[in-house]
Parts: sequence; C-alpha cells; structure tokens
Amino acid sequence: MAFRLKLVPDNTSFNFFRWQWLTFGVSAAAMVGSVLLLLVMGLNFGIDFKGGTTIRTESPTAFEVGDYRQAMSDLDLGDVSITEVFDPAFGTTKHVAMIRIGTTDETGSVTPEQLNEIEAALKTVDPQVVFAAVESVGPKVSGELIKTALYAVGAATIGIMFYIWLRFEWQFALGAVISLIHDVLLTVGLFSLFQLRFDLTTIAALLTTLGFSCNDTVVVFDRLRENLIKYKTRPLLDLMNLTCNETLSRTIMTAVTTAIALTAMLIFGGDVIRDFVIAMLWGVIVGCYSTIYVAKNIVLWLGVKRDWSKPDPKEKAPGEEIPAAFRDAP
Amino acid sequence: MLDIPFWKRLLILGLVALGLLYATPNLFYTKVEQHNDAITAAERNGFETPEEAAARAGWPDWLPSGLVNLGLDLRGGAHLLGEVHVQDVYKARMDSLWPELRDALVAQREVVGAVRRVQAPEGQLAVEIGNPEQMAKAVEIARGLATPVASLTGAGQSDLAISASGNRLNVQLSDAEKAATDDRTVQQSLEIIRRRIDEVGTREPTIMRQGKDRILIQVPGIGSAEELKQLIGTTAKLTFNPVVSRTADANARPGPGNVLLPSMDEPGVFYVIEESPVVTGEELTDARPSFDQNGQPAVDFRFGPSGAKRFGAYTSANIGQPFAIVLDNQVISAPVIRQAITTGSGQISGAMNVEESTRLAVLLRAGALPAQMTFLEERTIGPELGQDSIDAGRLSSIIATVAVVAYMVASYGLFGVFASIAVIVNVILILSVMSMMGATLTLPGIAGIVLTVGTAVDANVIIYERIREELRAGKRIIKAIDDGFSEAMSAIIDANVTSFIAAAVMFFLGSGPVKGFAVTLTIGLVTSVFTAIYLTRLMIVFWLEWRKPKELIL
Repeated sequence: MAFRLKLVPDNTSFNFFRWQWLTFGVSAAAMVGSVLLLLVMGLNFGIDFKGGTTIRTESPTAFEVGDYRQAMSDLDLGDVSITEVFDPAFGTTKHVAMIRIGTTDETGSVTPEQLNEIEAALKTVDPQVVFAAVESVGPKVSGELIKTALYAVGAATIGIMFYIWLRFEWQFALGAVISLIHDVLLTVGLFSLFQLRFDLTTIAALLTTLGFSCNDTVVVFDRLRENLIKYKTRPLLDLMNLTCNETLSRTIMTAVTTAIALTAMLIFGGDVIRDFVIAMLWGVIVGCYSTIYVAKNIVLWLGVKRDWSKPDPKEKAPGEEIPAAFRDAP
Repeated sequence: MLDIPFWKRLLILGLVALGLLYATPNLFYTKVEQHNDAITAAERNGFETPEEAAARAGWPDWLPSGLVNLGLDLRGGAHLLGEVHVQDVYKARMDSLWPELRDALVAQREVVGAVRRVQAPEGQLAVEIGNPEQMAKAVEIARGLATPVASLTGAGQSDLAISASGNRLNVQLSDAEKAATDDRTVQQSLEIIRRRIDEVGTREPTIMRQGKDRILIQVPGIGSAEELKQLIGTTAKLTFNPVVSRTADANARPGPGNVLLPSMDEPGVFYVIEESPVVTGEELTDARPSFDQNGQPAVDFRFGPSGAKRFGAYTSANIGQPFAIVLDNQVISAPVIRQAITTGSGQISGAMNVEESTRLAVLLRAGALPAQMTFLEERTIGPELGQDSIDAGRLSSIIATVAVVAYMVASYGLFGVFASIAVIVNVILILSVMSMMGATLTLPGIAGIVLTVGTAVDANVIIYERIREELRAGKRIIKAIDDGFSEAMSAIIDANVTSFIAAAVMFFLGSGPVKGFAVTLTIGLVTSVFTAIYLTRLMIVFWLEWRKPKELIL
C-alpha cells in the first residue's frame, strides 16, 4: 500500500449540524463584530480612496521614524504620517519607510517643490535616503474610486447570485450570497481590526475571495443536487451531512493547496503586496468555513424542492433544467 | 470519456507545444527586448545601425518574439491621469465667432441698430443690439452662422444654441455640439500627447482615453511623473503678437482688443499686446533646439508657406516696432523688428537652459494642446523597487509551485505527478497567452498566477476525489476513472464560471494593477480548465494504455 497523505480520512460521517447554533452564532457574532469595528475604528484607507500622497523611501542605513518626523515638521505639509516597513528580505542594508501626506488642495498632490523640500529635509538626517516610489491621488478621483469599488463588489455578488439561481434554485442562490456577504464583512472586519491598508488591490482581493468562496459553495451544492436526485426520501439534513462529508476531502484539499501557495507569497512576496495577500489568504479561510457552516444552513432553513425527477411543466424556472447526466443517475 | 481520438491527442499536445514555444521569449527577456527594440528603431529611422543589427541578431527572427509586458509597478516608470478642460474650447469658439457675428450684424445695421459685445459667463457670447424690436432679425442672422453638428448622434442639429431676451442676444454651443466638441478635444489632446511622448522616444507608452474627458498616460522607464507632467502638462500655445506698450504696472488697463501679459524672465515687467495674433504656432513646420549668437540656448523655428507670407508682410510693415513671442499667456521675449523676415524662419531666445529649449522644441513640433489639462492621479515607481518586486514575485512563485507539487504528489502519488505537470504547464500557458495578447503583468498579476497555482489543482482534486469514491464503491479502474471525469464536469464548470464572473467585474471596473490582476486571473481560469480536464486526462489515458494497471491506489 503506497503512502498517501490524507488530511481527511475516507468515509467520514461528521454531523456538521450538531453545533449548528454555535457555529452560526459565531458567524453572526463575527459579522456584527465586523460591522461594529467598521463603525468604531473605521478603515485605514489608502490614498486610492482618501486622496493624498505616499512616498516610499529606501535607505541603506537604519533610521528613526522620529528623526524623519522631526526633519519634516518644519515643512508645513499638514497631516503627515510616517511608518517604517519591515520585511525579512530587506536584511540589514535596506530600511524602508512609508510617508503619507494628506490632501492639501484640490489636486491632492504634493507639488514638485514640496517634494524636493521633503527630500532635502530627509537628507539632513539620512544622507543616503532615496525615494523609491511617489504616488498621489486627488480627492476627485478617490471619491470615484470608492464608488467604483462598491459597484464592483455589488455587481460581482449579483452576478454570482444570478448564475447560481440559473443553475440551481433560488434557495441556493440566497444561501451562497449570504455566505458571500459573510466573507466580505469578515475580511473588511479584519482590515479594520488590524488597520491594514485598504485600497484598490484590497478590493481586487475581496472579489477574488468572492469567486473562490463561491467556487467552494458551488461544488458542494452541485453534489447536494446530485444526492437530492439519488435519495428522494431521506431528510434534507441527512443529505446535507452526507454531501458535506463526501466533499469534505476536496474542500480541505483545495483550501490547503491555495493556502500553501498564498503563504509562500505572504512570506517571500515582498512587503508591497503583503496586505493584498493577507486579504486573499483570510478570504480563503473564511470562504472555506462559510461553505461548510453558512451556505448550507441557509438552504436547510429555506427548504428545497425535493422532487427533481419530474419537473412541473407549469412552473418551469431556468434552475429546474436538469442535465441529462443527473436524470438517469442510479 | 477515456477513448480520446488520435486527432484530439495531437491537438492537445500541439496546443501545449505551442504554449511552450510562445512562452520561451520570456526566458530571454532582455535579449528579446533588445531584438524587438532594434526592429522598431530600424523601422522608424529607415536604416539600421551596427549595434541595432547586433541586437536584432541576438534572437532568431523565426522564433516568436512576443513578450509579457511588465506593468509600471514591475518596470518602474510614471503614471498620470489627466483631465482635459473641455470647456476651454467653448470659450475659444465663442471668441472666434464674435468677429463673424459682428460683421454679419453690422451689415444689417439700419435694421438691428448698434451692436455691442457684453460680459457673459465663460463659453457664452452675449450681444446687445440697438433695436430690441428687431431681435427676430438678429436671431435670424445669428442662425445663419450656425452649421449642422458633424457627429453621428447629433446629426442634423444646429451647432449653436441661440436665445434672446430684451435687447440681449445670447449665443452658445448647443448640447449636441458640446458633446461633439468634447470628443474632438479629447481626441486631439490624446493625439498631441502621443506625438510629444513619441518625440522623446520612450518605450511602449500607454496613452489611453478614460471616460468622457480623461486621459491615462503610462510611460515605463521615465524618471518621475514630474518629468512627464512637464512634457504633457504644458499647453504650448505659441503666438506672435504686436506689442502696444511695455509697463511695470500689473493693474494697467490694456484697452479694448488688447491684453496684459507678464514677461517670462523679467519679473515685474508686463506687456500690453494686441489680442489677435499675427501668426500662431499652428503655422510652424519645424522647431529645433539651438543656440543664439551669445551662446545661450534657443529654439530655431520655421513657418509653413502661408505663415511665412504673413510673418514677412507684418515684419516688413513694422520695422523698428517690437513684437511679442507669447507662450501660454507669458511673453517669452519681445524683440524689435530690425528687418523684414521673409525667409519664414526665426529664433526664440530667452532665459532657458538646454533642457528647456529641447523641451520647447519638442512641444512646438508636436503642436499645442487644444485645452488645458489638470492631473488627478500621479504615480512614480522607481526601477529598483520594480526589480525587487519581480525578484520577490519570482521567488514566491517558485516556492509556491514546489510546495503545491510536493503536497499533490504526497496526496495522490502518480496522479499527483500528473496534476503537478498540468499545473506547471498551466503557468507556462498563462505566460504564453499573455505574450501573444501583449497583456501586462503587474505585481497583483503575479499574485494572481500564484493563486492560480493553488486553485488550478482544484479541478484535478475534484476529479481525483470523485475517482476515489467510485473506486471505493467497487467500480473497476477504467470505469471509475471514466465516471470520475464525467461526474466532476458540472462541478468544475460551475465553480469556474463563478470565479470568472468575479474576474470579469474586476476587468470592467478596475484599472491599472487591478485590471492586470483580472486579466491574469481570467487567462488562468481558462488555461487551468484546459490543463486539468484535457491534459491530465490525456496523461492518465497514456498511462492506462501503457501499463494496463489491474489496480489503482489513489
């Protein structure tokens, strides 16, 4: 017998609904908590959404954030924040800081003269400092970017809901969407809790998470539909447990491979992209959880049509078209 | 599903081979890039220097030479989002309409009475007439100046919106004409910006219209957004105007038909000049950086035939008088005409350094922007930071791939090897499709590839888990594998469609790096379905045919 690494043994029969009130309670609490965090702490919006200027400085010598702040204090730049960036790849010869300057006027950009002043000021405390990147976004654009981002998340959610409704039943679509909202809220909550930078790439990560989480949910739903056809009389709860056990190995397997890939990116991918990878990694974990504990529960509560073999000709919704492969299943 | 016809096998392997072939140039990135640059340079100049010939020979012509474009965040460079002030053009149109309208009204003076232009909001032309009761006639005259709008949507409508109240005649552009003008203005700006950037000769700039009145400019390799802004941010409207007087009073009244403009290099000095120019920069056919007789940087220019004629006529009639060279509402210099200039060429000198004179020459050659631009977004990424990101991206992709391969092989044995090969081929296919499309790889795009490495095995996992179940249910190997593939199909398709929806939304609503990420993700979805379903199946079929296994441990 060849060795096989199996995180999930064959033929599991967990009862995923045994603690359903607890798990669902945890999910609900986490969602409420995220909303509260969002209201209380808000998000650490990047310049994409808030406008302003960021400067990334690099220097071969170590520096004190305080010195930088001191050097820039005479420049009358308004709201300035300086943070040092750490990354294992930097070693001892590279010291990076992010300087963020709030919007000062309509265009939102720091003028070239100001930029030169900042560079000169920093050079007095750290002669070898260079500007690796400078980015400015005006308040006009940042306002639009927020709007676009919200549209994007909304459009993706509706698009996915519509597709699932088309392929399955409305109960499934609703279940999937509630689990998507769950994932989005929890990811936003995480960003609020740790005050990670929330910008356009975070939205991209959020959308990817939506796709991934849904991907998971759909695989489970697909199997559930198959089982609904196979076992016409078994209680829905039993069928769901059966389905979930059957797909558990795959759910875990895919979550683990994705998590492995993302962890590599998290550790070795550099600091520029770290927040983006954190958002995706967290999204994968939450998405996996919500597949098992949120989406199904919603479908269970909503109930689902059991007789798949004879579609009622009078009410033939698009979701009821059963592929030939399922009709003659044993 | 397991008997794959010969032609299909050939097709699958052929596609993979093609993918490998088109991905290879990326392995020799610098060489191929130099090869491509040499070809473009030779095409532009019409001849080939020995260095270019050597660079071209560095990569064989018969091999594909498409490369994955590196985004600004990887290559370094500048990114600008500019907004064109389309309203500027309304004002210019109204100003040029005024003399025409005045002449037409004055011709009917005994009917409409005296004509006078009065203050009106910018972009509108307001005229008071002496006989308000004859307003209908005045409106009719103004209507006579209107022309139909030249655009598809506004076809048949008049380009002027004319209204009257009391003794006041109001003229402005109609909405249809405004829309058509806006479109033209942005197109022109785009064209001129492209010409200016091409003049400087940087590699593969992206100059794109965004939305109604915005232009996105990305230039890899340029030092800073500031440099780029100086090149495209200046309107570069050059005119030659008669000088009325010179003054130190910033509040001097220029009088009707004249304007007061500051001098560029003498602070506190102002010139009153006639508003309508003798010749404008549009008449220039050439402009080159040079030096004046004192060895100071200057710009030599040459007019076309009609410009030369007018300039010649004016200078011969005004010997001894000063005239002003005006650039973007500043007087560069106001030399005195010593003799008639009939050759059509001249020189602009003033306080500028070599860099500025070179830039001015470029700007004059490329032409003036039809309207001003403001910048809403500026980003500069240094080349070192980009290189760091590439290195980090490469390292993490390799580690991610190795880790996923190890995990897959540990979980599924030989079938894990098949899936791993499929994953690696998948990454190569992503790169080759991107090279063929000339798509742009961004840092989030690299993360997208890494993510794809993780998720591409998903389809294989679904299939393998299914085969395991079928085997446990006691089916024979062939039957189990066959059923595994066919039963898993609908789950794979559904799962990928939902991811595809999310990626499509990102593509249409995102910009820059996010768009790059969406492109990478979408290509990855398509190629991963191909490798997981077709390539893995083909490998399994080959294995079945070769070993004819009696049992399968999965």
